[in-house]
Amino acid sequence: MTSVSAPVRPPVRPRVGSRIVDAIAKWGFVAVTVLLIVFFAVTQPVFATPENLVGMLKYIAPIGIAGLGVTLAMTVGGLDLSVGANAGFAVSIAAWTMVIGNQVGGIAVGVVLLSGALIGAINAALIVFARIPDLLATLATMFTVVGLKLIIVDGKSISSQMTLDDGTTAPGRFTPDFLWFDRGFIGPISVPVVLFLGLTVVLWFVLDRTRWGRALSAVGSNPEAARLAGIRVRVYRAAAYIGCGILASIAGLVLAARIGQGDATAGNSLLLDAVAVALVGVSVLGIGRPNAWGTALGAVLIAVMVTGFSMMGLPYYIQDFGKGLVLLVALLFSFTFRRRKTTIVAGSTTAS
Amino acid sequence: MTSPLPTDAAPADDAPVVRVSGVGVRFGSNQVLRDVSLSLRAGTITALLGTNGAGKSTLIGAISGANAAYTGEIAVGGSVQRLGSPARARRAGIETVHQRIADGIVPGLSVADNLALTDLATGGHRLVRRAEAERIARSALDRLGLTWSDEVLRADADRLGTSDAQLLVLARALRSTPRLLILDEPTSALTAAEADRLFAVLRVLRDEGLAILFVSHRFGEIERLADRIVVLRDGRLELDARRPFDWHAALEAMLGVPTELQQHIAEPLPAGREVLAVEEAVLLPGAEPLSLRIAEGQVTGILGLLGAGKTELAELVAGVRPAGDARLSLDGEPYRPASPAAAIAAGVVLVPEDRQRQGIQPGWSIAHTVGLPVLRALSRAGVMASRREHAAADEVIDAYGVVAPSADARVDDLSGGNQQKVVVGRWLRTGPRLAVLDEPFRGVDIGARRRIGDAARDRAGRGAAVLVLSSDVDEILDVADRIIVLVSGRVVLDTPAGAMDRARIVAALLDDPGHRKESA
Repeated sequence: MTSVSAPVRPPVRPRVGSRIVDAIAKWGFVAVTVLLIVFFAVTQPVFATPENLVGMLKYIAPIGIAGLGVTLAMTVGGLDLSVGANAGFAVSIAAWTMVIGNQVGGIAVGVVLLSGALIGAINAALIVFARIPDLLATLATMFTVVGLKLIIVDGKSISSQMTLDDGTTAPGRFTPDFLWFDRGFIGPISVPVVLFLGLTVVLWFVLDRTRWGRALSAVGSNPEAARLAGIRVRVYRAAAYIGCGILASIAGLVLAARIGQGDATAGNSLLLDAVAVALVGVSVLGIGRPNAWGTALGAVLIAVMVTGFSMMGLPYYIQDFGKGLVLLVALLFSFTFRRRKTTIVAGSTTAS
Repeated sequence: MTSPLPTDAAPADDAPVVRVSGVGVRFGSNQVLRDVSLSLRAGTITALLGTNGAGKSTLIGAISGANAAYTGEIAVGGSVQRLGSPARARRAGIETVHQRIADGIVPGLSVADNLALTDLATGGHRLVRRAEAERIARSALDRLGLTWSDEVLRADADRLGTSDAQLLVLARALRSTPRLLILDEPTSALTAAEADRLFAVLRVLRDEGLAILFVSHRFGEIERLADRIVVLRDGRLELDARRPFDWHAALEAMLGVPTELQQHIAEPLPAGREVLAVEEAVLLPGAEPLSLRIAEGQVTGILGLLGAGKTELAELVAGVRPAGDARLSLDGEPYRPASPAAAIAAGVVLVPEDRQRQGIQPGWSIAHTVGLPVLRALSRAGVMASRREHAAADEVIDAYGVVAPSADARVDDLSGGNQQKVVVGRWLRTGPRLAVLDEPFRGVDIGARRRIGDAARDRAGRGAAVLVLSSDVDEILDVADRIIVLVSGRVVLDTPAGAMDRARIVAALLDDPGHRKESA
C-alpha cells in the first residue's frame, strides 16, 4: 500500500555552527589562496612581481591541464591513474619523433595528441567494454604505458644531437615551433598559461553549458537513471576517458617543451598532483562535484604554495607535505563536513 | 497435503520462543512499523505477508538484530533482551536466512568450508584441516537429512545450483541449533520442485520443535506450508490467523479496504487503435508465455502482487531488458528496442519503479531533471538553452502543482509525491506514443496521486497509450479504463473498468497456480 501521507520534512534551520562550516566549505580555499598570496607578497618582495606570477601559472600549467583531464574522468564517476604515464609518454614520443625521426614540431604534436587519444581509448575499452574497475584498468595502463615508453626510447632520455648506439649523431632536434609551447607568447601571455586557462574555459563550457556535459554529469551522478532517461552511458563514459587521455597528452606537450628533451622520468610525479588538484577542485566553492574552475583554482593554490615555500628557502620535501595537508583538508570538507552529499564516486565504478 | 496441522493442545513448556511486544521502528520522520505485537511458538510455521513497504523487512530486521533502533520489547525464551546486532540475536537463538542466497555463500571456498564457516569462525580453530571441515559439513547436512558426496563437498560452493545453495545456507544456519528460524522469501529463486524439497525439510524441522517465520508472496505455498499467517499493512499488524485460512480476508488485510476518497472511473475511455502488441513473452523463469495488446486512447492498468512480473513487463517494453523470445510490435511495426534510448526514440517512455535509484540524479535541480530526457530539444547547436529548459520545468511545476520554490530547487529536497510529479511530468510532457508508469503512486500522497492519475488519463484522452502497473487494487481502479490482473507472469483477468467489482478483481489475484494441489 502506498502511504497516504508523504513524509513531512521538518524545516531545515541550520545551526550557527553548521552555517560557519558551510561558509568555510564555500570560501575556505579561496580565502586560503588569497591569504597565502598576501603573506608571500609581504614577506617575499619578489613574489608579487608580474614575472613571478606568470611564472607560477606557467609552472602549474601541465599539472592543471592533466588535472582537468582527471576532472573529466571524475565527472562520469571514474578516475584515471594513467594521466602521469600518458604525459610522460608524450614527452618521450615527442622527443623521439623530432630527434630520432627528424620531424618538425607540428608532426610531433600530432603524434602526441594521437597517442594520448589512443591511451584514453584503451582505458575506455578496458573500463566500458571489458568491465574492469576504473582504478585497476588505469593502473594497468599506467604501468604498460611507462614500460612501453622506455622500450621505445631504449630506456634513455632523448636529447637534441645525442649520440646514437651506432655512433652517429641523432639527425633531428627539438624544433623552435615545438619549443613555442613553452617559450612562446600569445599577446602578452605565455603559451602554457593561455593553454591552461583556455582549456579550463573550454572544459567549464562543455560540462556546464552543453547537452553533452549535462549527459556526462548524469552518467556520473546516477548511471542507471541516466540510462533509463535515454542517455547512452557507455558512449559518454568512453568519451570522457578519451578526452582525459587527450588532456593528459597536452600536459605532456607543455612539459616536453619546457624540459627541451625527452626526459625518461618526466610525468612520473604528475599523476599525484593532477589527482590532488582535481580533488581539491571538488571542494572549492563548496560545489561538491568535479568542476573545471575548481580544479584550476586548486592548481593555482598549489602553485602559490610551492613557489612561496621555495622562495622561503624551505626544502623541497616540505612541498609534498604541504600538498598532502591541502588535499586532506579538501577531502574533509568534501566528505565529512558537508550536510549535502558530495557526488563523486571516483574509483567505485565497474561498467554497468 | 499430508502436513500435520499444528496441535493446539499446548505442550507443557508452551512459552513463546520469541515474543514481540509493541515494537515500532522509525526511519527519520517515517514511522515504518507501529506497535506490532506477535508471539512465535515452537513447532509452528508462521507466514508473514504484506505488500511492498508494509514493514515486513523492518520487522524481520528488528527480530534478527539488524534494526537495532526499535522501540518496544522483544523477549526471547521469556526474558526481554535488547537485540542490538545480528550476532546478539544469533546468540539468543535466532537465525536468519536472507533472500539473496548468493550473499550467504563465499565463492572460492569449498562446499564443506562454506558449511563449516560459522563453526570455524567461532570455534577457536586456528588451522583448518579438510577432514575437520568435512566432518562438520556432514553433520550439518545430516540435520537436514541430506548426504552429499565428497565430490560435491570439495567443489567450489559457487558451482552449487540455487536450490542447493539455499539448502547449504539453511544447514549452516541450523548448526547453532536456533530456536527461531527466519526465512526471507526463501522460494523466490526456486522452481516448484525445489520449493517442495525445501518445504519437506521445513516440515521436519517444525515437527522437531523449531519455530519458523517465513516471508512469502505466494499464497499457494503458504497454504501448503504455514500453520499461521500474520499480515502487515502500513507498519501495523492487520491480521493474525490460524488454519483454515480465509484468503479473501488475508488479501483484504494486505490491500486495505476502500476509502471514501476513491474516485473510480465512471465512464471508461474506449479503446482506440492497437499500439503495442506483446507475444510469447516469458516474464518469469518457468512461467507461461504472455500475450498482450495495448490500445491508444485509454489507460490500461496492470494489477499484480510482488513477483507477478509487472516490472519485468515494463522493462521489456521499454528496452531495459532484452526481449529474448518475445515478439513485440508498435503501431503494427516490429519493435525490438535494444536500449532505453531506442525505446524512447520509438516513442515508448518508462517511469521506473524505484524513483531514488532509477529516476533522479542526486543533487540536480528540477529544471535539469526535467531536461535530461530531452537534452537535444532543449539545446541549440549543443549549447543548453537555459530559458527553454526552465520553461519546460515550469510547465511541469504548473501542470502538476509541484510544491517547490522554483525550477532551480534541488529535486531530492522535494517530498516523495512532488519528486514523483516531476519524473512523471517530464516524460508525459514529451508526448509519448506509449507511456509505461511502473508503480507511479508508491510513496505518494493522495493529492499527488490525483494529479498524476489525472495527467495520465489526460494524456490517454489525447491519443496516447498509457500503461499503469501497480500492486494496489484501488490505485488501479482509480486510474484505469481497462484492468488486467497478472499472476505469476500470466494474465488471469482482462476486463473493462466498471464491468467488474472490486471483490472479483481481488479474487483474481488469488488465482495462484500454487493453489492447484497437484504437486506431490
